[in-house]
Amino acid sequence: MTVHHILGAGVMGLCTAVELARRGASVTVHDPLGLPGPHQCSWWAGGMLAPRCEGETAEEIVVNEGLKAVDWWQAQGAEVTRNGTLVVALGRDRAELDRFARRTTGHSLLSAEEVAEIEPLLAGRFSRGLFFAEEAHLDPQAALAALVVRAKELGVRFTTDSAAEGNVIDCRGTAARDILPDLRGVKGEMLILHSSEITLSRPVRLLHPRIPVYIVPRGDGTFMLGATMIESAERNRASVRSVLELLTAAYALHPAFGEAEIVEIGHDARPAFPDNLPRLRHAGGRLCLNGLYRHGYLMAPALARMAADHLLEGRNALLEEALPA
Amino acid sequence: MQVYGTELAGRFLLGTALYPSPAVMQEAFRASKAAVATVSVRREGAGSGAGMVFWQIIAGLGIPVLPNTAGCHSVKEAVITAHMARELFDTRWIKLEVIGNSDTLQPDPFGLVEAARILTGDGFQVFPYMTEDLVLADRLLDAGCEVLMPWGAPIGTGLGLLNRYALRSLRAHFPDVPMVIDAGLGLPSQAAEAMEMGFDAVLLNTAVAKAGDPVAMARAFALAIEAGVLARAADPIEPRDMAAPSTPVLGKAFLA
Repeated sequence: MTVHHILGAGVMGLCTAVELARRGASVTVHDPLGLPGPHQCSWWAGGMLAPRCEGETAEEIVVNEGLKAVDWWQAQGAEVTRNGTLVVALGRDRAELDRFARRTTGHSLLSAEEVAEIEPLLAGRFSRGLFFAEEAHLDPQAALAALVVRAKELGVRFTTDSAAEGNVIDCRGTAARDILPDLRGVKGEMLILHSSEITLSRPVRLLHPRIPVYIVPRGDGTFMLGATMIESAERNRASVRSVLELLTAAYALHPAFGEAEIVEIGHDARPAFPDNLPRLRHAGGRLCLNGLYRHGYLMAPALARMAADHLLEGRNALLEEALPA
Repeated sequence: MQVYGTELAGRFLLGTALYPSPAVMQEAFRASKAAVATVSVRREGAGSGAGMVFWQIIAGLGIPVLPNTAGCHSVKEAVITAHMARELFDTRWIKLEVIGNSDTLQPDPFGLVEAARILTGDGFQVFPYMTEDLVLADRLLDAGCEVLMPWGAPIGTGLGLLNRYALRSLRAHFPDVPMVIDAGLGLPSQAAEAMEMGFDAVLLNTAVAKAGDPVAMARAFALAIEAGVLARAADPIEPRDMAAPSTPVLGKAFLA
């Protein structure tokens, strides 16, 4: 039986492993750094499954494929919270909310009272909000762990031996720039905060012309605050300016964040192609799945499905060719 | 239009930030036929070669690059950033931004003059992002600037030409200095107006990058700039108010 060798145990590698294995394929995941951890950019993701919000700037394919991701994650045993997304803007940035509403679909406009009803913390702070009821969120680190469990149940083998021959599927993210010259890094910085005073039931996006941020509740008073988007492949540091901007925005959302504890500051670079859309591409004698940009948890299931269609059923609907130029 | 002895291939200077993707940016530049691409050194410049792929994309636009010191709040910061830019992009051009207020991003005129003097002394060709103040313009020319870039309105507001009186006055006082309206434009009609007023070029970023269709908006600005230049050269008629007649019209020959 053919063994499929997947390089990289990030969100792309693990989704592909699970998708292939659940269709009966034999799979080995190679990652010299072992199981999921802080060395991967998937580890630092926001974990929002928010295809409609992403539609503000992303192509339609991200919206359409992303809408299917929620069910996929749930089917693999990841804990997904389906509470929607709330989008707000401060008074003087009100025009941003109108623009956001024009460029997205599947939302309803909430009054100040309705905002307060679904997120009591924000009572009296915003005169309007946009609610995207279909959207969901997950905890990326828990979701990666759930995928590892699921993969092992399905018989997937894991090894730190990076030598792989035969059917190789390259899911190495930015490390694959050695064979994907048009892949670039887009730096992101984020924070993990903790506060027992703050309760949010769903991701909240605060729009701003320069520094849009989002806050994702992770349960037990833990919140993820993200994320910068900087055209740089740098992975190893967060700048004071970025952290200041993120924290200032959180403080503007609610002053209670001023008393929160900074648990962790995360930083890494997202792999992206020039149009910020993911690709399946044959390069360097292997199939490469890459360029997930800021849509890892949203788009990895779709890419994994297409890769499995291609490898196991000979279907050649490669995303790269399927996309309009 | 000539700046520092270099003939520019057009009158549209376009920024490279805030686009949905680099691919959309490339297409917007093609549609804009922009003569110059501005790029923020500070934001994307971290580390050695970390932003290389993005810079290669900008270099691939095939037009001169005008690096800027966006995000610098002090003279020292701006000067250091300008030196970094010179090394990175191998150019003496620098769009000098010294920000005086981090909320409105408006220029600090005092720091601007000081930084312009230092950088000119260091061999830079400075493009100062400035308010529309006449005295400030004078000081910047004294400091060695050979081009002026007054704002239309604060960065990213899209409010257009807020102080037409001061802009007209600036244009009239320095008829031979190349002047670029930099920042605050939201609509092509505002760019056309700037050209009709006799400005030499416009520089913008947000209005194109954050439009729903950046490529179409880039083309719209290109057409408006061309229209404004043509109109200026065509010697437009003077406006004349005939709504309130000085004497009763009834019973008079209308040309009397």
